[in-house]
Amino acid sequence: MRLSKLQKGLWGLAAIAIVGFALLQISIRGEQQTGDPAYRADFELTDHQGMVQTDEYFTGRWMLIFFGFANCPDVCPTTLAEIAAVMDALGSDATQVQPLFISIDPERDTQQALAEFIPYFDANIIGLTGTADQIERTSKTFRIYYEKIEEAASPDGYTMGHSSQLFLFDPQGGYAGAWTYGTPAEEIVSDLRVRM
Amino acid sequence: MKPSITAAVIASCLFIGLPTTTVADSEDVVVENAWARASIGVNRPGAAYMTIRNNGTDSATLVGLETPLSMMPDIHETKTDANGVSSMAPAGDIMIPPGESVSLEPGGLHAMLMRPQIKMVEGETFPLTLNFADGGTLTVDVPILGISARGPEG
Repeated sequence: MRLSKLQKGLWGLAAIAIVGFALLQISIRGEQQTGDPAYRADFELTDHQGMVQTDEYFTGRWMLIFFGFANCPDVCPTTLAEIAAVMDALGSDATQVQPLFISIDPERDTQQALAEFIPYFDANIIGLTGTADQIERTSKTFRIYYEKIEEAASPDGYTMGHSSQLFLFDPQGGYAGAWTYGTPAEEIVSDLRVRM
Repeated sequence: MKPSITAAVIASCLFIGLPTTTVADSEDVVVENAWARASIGVNRPGAAYMTIRNNGTDSATLVGLETPLSMMPDIHETKTDANGVSSMAPAGDIMIPPGESVSLEPGGLHAMLMRPQIKMVEGETFPLTLNFADGGTLTVDVPILGISARGPEG
């Protein structure tokens, strides 16, 4: 059973296609989990009070960054509640930490929509949104993934899937690590205390 | 000839199908630690959490929810993949084996309250009815906690 040159060639092409597709999937879905200090926070977005904010504004403070959307009933309020608990537990050290919620749903999350959502968590969290282009650019610099998922009963007929890690950036804006969704506030606080 | 075979197949499917829906026994199902977070207005879907325990000797299958709070309550499940991407989808029927329990908790299964009709106000409660495959129902009062609640204790 010897393969002809043509058969070998076709198998070779198929292998290249599979590897290429796999690599593409990995790069699209944002492979960064932890431990890669090669990138920095980089964004220019509008906060829930209508002010333009860039990463430079937060230099000198640790940034806790979470991506989500205001219509999210489970993961986002849960993480924001954990962040509120983290900020509470940090006590006076909380002034050295700025929590940021960046919307990945620019269509529904206007500045007004975030203004009606973020302040209720009462933890000095700043909500950030922007145009679809701005959010796409931001997602690339942070190497995060988001997608629309059709769901007829949700507002405007869709919900979102998105990267749900909580990212930490140091006072110089460098990537310092990430916690997976569901990490208890107590664990985040003790990690933070070691770093600060 | 052919139509009668089709009819016979359909009839036998119905006949075989019927007993499986009446085997489940929801009489001995209890709900523990139900809670929900307060909502902002009525534009956004809410979520409720609880532990559903089956103390009976037969399995019970949760097939649906009803509440005056929402026009479309449904059990949804959040899944997070290896890349840390979380997304939600309807969970379908939930089978609870005898003597076991199923937890609806943040980041996993939850009662998704879509098309809310009433604002969820901290300190209030709302009735949530669980419908089971055997036709049994169980209505619980779900306490509404603060928006930054992390569990049934607040």
